[in-house]
Amino acid sequence: MSNAIEVRALVKRYDALAAVDHIDFDVPEGSVFAFLGPNGAGKTTTTEMLEGLRRRTSGDIRVLGLDPWTDGQELHHQIGVIPQEFRFFEKITPKEAIVYYGRLFGKQPDPAALLDQVQLTDKANSRFDTLSGGQKQKLGLALSLVDEPRVCFLDEPTTGLDPHARRAIWKVVRDLKRDGRTVFLTTHYLEEAELLADQVAIINRGRIVARGTPREIIETYGGPERLRVQGPPELAEYVRQKLGIAVRYESGRLEIALREKGDALRILSVIDASGLPWNGFATERDTLEDVFVHLVGQMDEGVLKSAAPTAGGAP
Amino acid sequence: MNPRRIGGDLSIVAHGYVRNPIALFFSLIFPVILIMLFGLIFASTGATTVTLYAQDFDHSPTSVAFLQALNKTHLVQVQVVGASVGNLSTYLGQNGDSAGLVIPQGFGQNFTAHRPVKVILYTNPQDASSAGTATGALQSVISAFNLQAACGGNSSGNCTPVIGASSLNVGSQVYTYIDYLVPGLIGFSILTSPMFSMVDVTASYRKDGLFRQLSLTPLTRGEWLASRFIWYTMLTFASAALMLAIGSAIFGAHVTFSIWLVPFLIGGPLFFVSLGMLAGTVSKIPETAAVIGNVITFPMMFLAGTFFPVSSFSPGLQLVAKVLPLYYVIDGMNQVLLFNNLSRAIGDLAVVLIGAVIVFALAIYFFKWRDE
Ligand SMILES: Nc1ncnc2c1ncn2[C@@H]1O[C@H](COP(=O)(O)OP(=O)(O)O)[C@@H](O)[C@H]1O
Ligand SMILES: [Mg+2]
Repeated sequence: MSNAIEVRALVKRYDALAAVDHIDFDVPEGSVFAFLGPNGAGKTTTTEMLEGLRRRTSGDIRVLGLDPWTDGQELHHQIGVIPQEFRFFEKITPKEAIVYYGRLFGKQPDPAALLDQVQLTDKANSRFDTLSGGQKQKLGLALSLVDEPRVCFLDEPTTGLDPHARRAIWKVVRDLKRDGRTVFLTTHYLEEAELLADQVAIINRGRIVARGTPREIIETYGGPERLRVQGPPELAEYVRQKLGIAVRYESGRLEIALREKGDALRILSVIDASGLPWNGFATERDTLEDVFVHLVGQMDEGVLKSAAPTAGGAP
Repeated sequence: MNPRRIGGDLSIVAHGYVRNPIALFFSLIFPVILIMLFGLIFASTGATTVTLYAQDFDHSPTSVAFLQALNKTHLVQVQVVGASVGNLSTYLGQNGDSAGLVIPQGFGQNFTAHRPVKVILYTNPQDASSAGTATGALQSVISAFNLQAACGGNSSGNCTPVIGASSLNVGSQVYTYIDYLVPGLIGFSILTSPMFSMVDVTASYRKDGLFRQLSLTPLTRGEWLASRFIWYTMLTFASAALMLAIGSAIFGAHVTFSIWLVPFLIGGPLFFVSLGMLAGTVSKIPETAAVIGNVITFPMMFLAGTFFPVSSFSPGLQLVAKVLPLYYVIDGMNQVLLFNNLSRAIGDLAVVLIGAVIVFALAIYFFKWRDE
């Protein structure tokens, strides 16, 4: 499978600030790629350079083999874009907007079908300035589909939306993937990245700090699997002495890192043999969220994890 | 330039406009209110004294005394104009004045020598009351002078009149205030409806990222500008039709439609749509852009011949008017609709079109869809 997007050593500077600082990644055609990062990480800056709306300082970008800045006109026929906060002409209705885009692109879109796809049918004839944030975003999505793009760019499409609207947009993203389109998505919701994306890149302060499938990222950067058991503090002390391992104790709960699954059985039998009261055991892994907080926190303290994967190694 | 895209964009402009009552009001209704207002105010001021424009080629004590005597009748107010205005009859016509008097050279000498001499009175038959007033005033002053000349100095002689008057109609059409108001207010629409909204639209679309949004579509900047230009040209045609209809039907304006009006109704909007966009690109802050727009618009709104003909201004203000682009639009329309002076109209049109092309090119050059 070829790559829809290839980015090498991409840099965007604003005076002294490196908003995007030597990033590399590939997005295979037909996949969903999530760019995950806190506010100000450089998501929009990157996205707009990919869309040909901002000029890069240095590095290379290929979107469908084209340079977005110099081949913008040609590229725009093949990509769909929803900016971070989609705005449109205030007095125009969604239906008129779709017809308008059809005329601009020389297409004959079916407004009813497109509005149905983004679940905006009930607002087909309402003026844009009367739509809610989520409805506006949905119209943006519908408009980006008029030209039947091969690659869709969605910059924080669900930020600030209610759960219902968010789910509607997720469904559209899944439909896009099902239709074979490539989706480049930015978000600061981990759940969203985890649910939708084949590949995730975590960006912080202009740098990619982790990249891979959600599972790979957790395995690489997450802590080990942990066993949790409820019991009194004496139980924690007992296990420490008996097994000579570290036990965290917090609000009535023991937490013990596992090196392998078998460890859990041995630890539980020691606990059971202690004669102290215990119950409610479970094992737990880091979520993507734990990893995210961990990585972004680390970055904030200026400590770069040395094992961060390097350029071009997408699996 | 793709007509399909321009058409698509035009329908968006039209929808947005029609759904915006304020914009519609200012483009179409407001000029109608203005013409009604100004038309009624100035039609009803039936002046009690008639201004008599006098061209004195004699400059003798007698001619000066003669004019003073006319003033003393309180029926007319004498306004001396120089020989430089040329033919008095034409001058009166163009300035909408109804009464004029020419005192020939040698008037004083002949009068003193008791040789017959004639002054010429111009009146406008369509303005019967001022014609009557002027004629009456002149007759009474002539009688008094004749009496003094023929009988006063020589008690025994019979009284033969020395001064006579030949009365002529003002040669060219007399133009009234309302006649100037029609092209003036068409010019007002040409200026204000694109300027006010293009400045705002350009600045606020930029702020809201709508231009970047459009940059992702095949619509080009030139096409975007073209559709606005077509829209404002259509508005201008509508407004011109309203002004011509109301002006001639209600106020009896002496305007004659000429096909030469059309290039002004196209060149004018082209100029001001581009200028509005150019002004809007100067600042990303809509409020600042609006101020810049107003600084450009307001002097033209009053000084380019919109509400009052430029010929009624002081010479200094007339010079100011001539640097305002709108002056050439309005002057050209005056030449076309009123004076039938095609060569001057074409000169005005050339100024408008060359200016429009320059401003259009600058607007396209400075107006960017996307940031660096
Ligand atoms: N036009 C600009 N001029 C100067 N700094 C900018 C500009 N755009 C973005 N930045 C800065 O670049 C950094 C990344 O911004 P952005 O890409 O918008 O972040 P995100 O989308 O991840 O929230 C921020 O520190 C922001 O302040
Ligand atoms: Mg952003």
